[in-house]
Amino acid sequence: MSLNYFELFGLEPIFNIELAALESNFRKIQSESHPDRFVTAPAAEKLSAMQQATLANEAYLSLKNPANRAKYLLELQGITAISETNTAMPTDFLMQQMEWREATEDAVSAKDITALDSLLAEIRVEAKSLQDSLTSLLDVQKDYTAATDATRKLIFIDKVSEDINRAIEQIDI
Amino acid sequence: MALLQISEPGMSAAPHQHKLAVGIDLGTTNSLVATVKSGMATVLQDEHGHALLPSVVRYMPEGDVVVGHDAQAQQSADPVNTIASAKRFMGRSLKDIADRAHIPYNFVDSSNATKLLQIQTRAGLKTPVEISAEILKTLKARAEKSLGGDLIGVVITVPAYFDDAQRQATKDAARLAGLNVLRLLNEPTAAAVAYGLDNAAEGTFVIYDLGGGTFDVSILKLTKGVFEVLATNGDSALGGDDFDHRIYCWVLDRIRESTSDFNPLSENDTRLLLTKARQAKEWLTDNHEAQIVCRLNNGLLVDVTLSATQFVEFTQQLVIKTLAPTRKAMRDAQLTLEDIKGVVLVGGATRMPQVRHAVEEYFKQTPLTNLDPDKVVALGAAIQANALVGNRSEDDLLLLDVTPLSLGLETMGGLVERIIPRNSTLPVARAQDFTTYKDGQTAMSIQVVQGERELVADCRSLARFELRGIPPMAAGAARIRVTFQVDADGLLSVSAREQTNGVEAHVVVKPSYGLSEDEITHMLKSSFGSAEADKVARMLAEARVSAGAIINSVTLALAADSHLISEQEKQAIETEIQNLQTISQAEDAAAINKAVDALNHATEAFAAARMNASVSHALSGKNLDSINL
Repeated sequence: MSLNYFELFGLEPIFNIELAALESNFRKIQSESHPDRFVTAPAAEKLSAMQQATLANEAYLSLKNPANRAKYLLELQGITAISETNTAMPTDFLMQQMEWREATEDAVSAKDITALDSLLAEIRVEAKSLQDSLTSLLDVQKDYTAATDATRKLIFIDKVSEDINRAIEQIDI
Repeated sequence: MALLQISEPGMSAAPHQHKLAVGIDLGTTNSLVATVKSGMATVLQDEHGHALLPSVVRYMPEGDVVVGHDAQAQQSADPVNTIASAKRFMGRSLKDIADRAHIPYNFVDSSNATKLLQIQTRAGLKTPVEISAEILKTLKARAEKSLGGDLIGVVITVPAYFDDAQRQATKDAARLAGLNVLRLLNEPTAAAVAYGLDNAAEGTFVIYDLGGGTFDVSILKLTKGVFEVLATNGDSALGGDDFDHRIYCWVLDRIRESTSDFNPLSENDTRLLLTKARQAKEWLTDNHEAQIVCRLNNGLLVDVTLSATQFVEFTQQLVIKTLAPTRKAMRDAQLTLEDIKGVVLVGGATRMPQVRHAVEEYFKQTPLTNLDPDKVVALGAAIQANALVGNRSEDDLLLLDVTPLSLGLETMGGLVERIIPRNSTLPVARAQDFTTYKDGQTAMSIQVVQGERELVADCRSLARFELRGIPPMAAGAARIRVTFQVDADGLLSVSAREQTNGVEAHVVVKPSYGLSEDEITHMLKSSFGSAEADKVARMLAEARVSAGAIINSVTLALAADSHLISEQEKQAIETEIQNLQTISQAEDAAAINKAVDALNHATEAFAAARMNASVSHALSGKNLDSINL
């Protein structure tokens, strides 16, 4: 009765999913369950529509974003990628992160949006290569230990991008 | 899919009857009502052929209320009793209104800083909600006269960037006007629906909506009848009114230059000059200069000429102010300019050439203006209303909208913990666990805020509520789960539950900036003014209609899908149906409503099972489709 997110969208539980299929099945589900379809329905039906549509949105968000998708796949394997007891990161990755953070701060003080944009582009390249290795680690090699490390890096990278976007917002007024 | 046809209060249960539903654009400057007739969305006109109803309400000495053109014509003569642009004050307290010194109304300074503002008129204290309700009543009457029947429901548009308090205020106004709100719809989304369906548009589009008092920008992906909002942003206090105001200030400067003894303007003169300013702005859309001539109350003759160049120059900052939200929306949607297939201009203020130029320059393409920017929002709302009540036979219109502002909670040190980020697709629910910070702490105050800033003080506080009865534990041992749910109208409800003993608190976010339930009931009572007996009869009739509707709907559902539940569950539902049928014969509205609730409750599991079945059916169909491709 309780489906996992891949089952909900009728997809195979792999990292390298077909995004077009995810998108079209998401829309198919929302076409059935969106509260707009139940505006004049009894309260019980409105409630189940609201719950189903909320779940579909949450599931869609989890599978659409690569970091979330990897995290969710690991959860299905019983692995928590980010936990309070599991915070160690390789030194070179931490150095890389510090460099990005410093570059962000410099660009913010200089109010240099172009610099922040190129930083974002640099980070996207890094994210892309992590995603490629996750496809191999999760879908082919099933090496969940290495996949957990890569997933955590991807989550950290997402966080840095988010912070840079916030920084841009502060100076772009 | 099997959408059940349910008749609404006052309507017969004929299955394929066209149901009367309208879309209302409740604008800052003008309001409109539209409907779908024989498959075509059309704006309804008043008896003089006017489509636009000026959003101006005048309280008359005899106690009447005049709305629209006649009220607008008397603005300068009777400024304090003639309220325009009430939308700017919806869900706002007095301290939120930055330029109130230039607004000629008698605002009442409430001692409570977070209280809704009020305006003193000869008809007494009026809230923006009541003033907006007068506009809605006028449009309701226009629609019912034109369509020849009672409305089942309405879709009312709101700026996408309206926060929870402003949305709630709009819904309250509709309730006061006696309207059944099917949905609050974001204005740019409504415009996208009208534009998209009219042009069979596919791809990513930007809706740039500069209205009388608000600015919205939304980015939507249009695919086969699905309108998916990718990001929205805006400024709920920026619009055409601000351009009028800049002209007004410019005229004041000219007066000051020309005369030494210049006294502060009277309310009448302020209104007169603001009206002249608006006319000058409109004139400058097609002309190089505008002459502003009028005689003030003190005899002073104003005669100045404003060139288009000057106008563009001193309103440049306003135009620039629309571009920052536009860039933010583009970033949030993670799009580049090349991804944008078209830019649709909405709102009367986008007629100004400098606005068009700015949009064209930023997006590097000519904006689309082939729909009337004043009407497109109302038309889109009408299309949505028609679909919501089930008149649309094809099941192909789906709007996936987002929440415009992040929602969060106050944590220690006045910091905001974001729970639902902006641009989350609706409906959305998110939970977060919190804990106590003192040993033996048994209560917790929860403040809900909306906005993008880090500090609570910089965000809008939506509500504060208390969770009591937490069992005394060591600091950090309690687990309090706070759940935010934003529904398809963009309205928030919050519940909190202590995990170890299940103490629960639930609030529909309303109190701090809204009208209380008591206030609304009181306003409704005084506006009906009917005898107690009428009210009782009316409530009984409504209760019976809703009883009939749910019995009809559940019976149909059982006939189609009773295999989804056990015989026992089926019998439980049938018992509740019989019970409701019996109680409906009696004269007790409260008892009928209670039995309706009981039947609803009994069918919850059944409704969920039917939902699951319909979703998996839809997906299996879809998978076959993709194989065929």
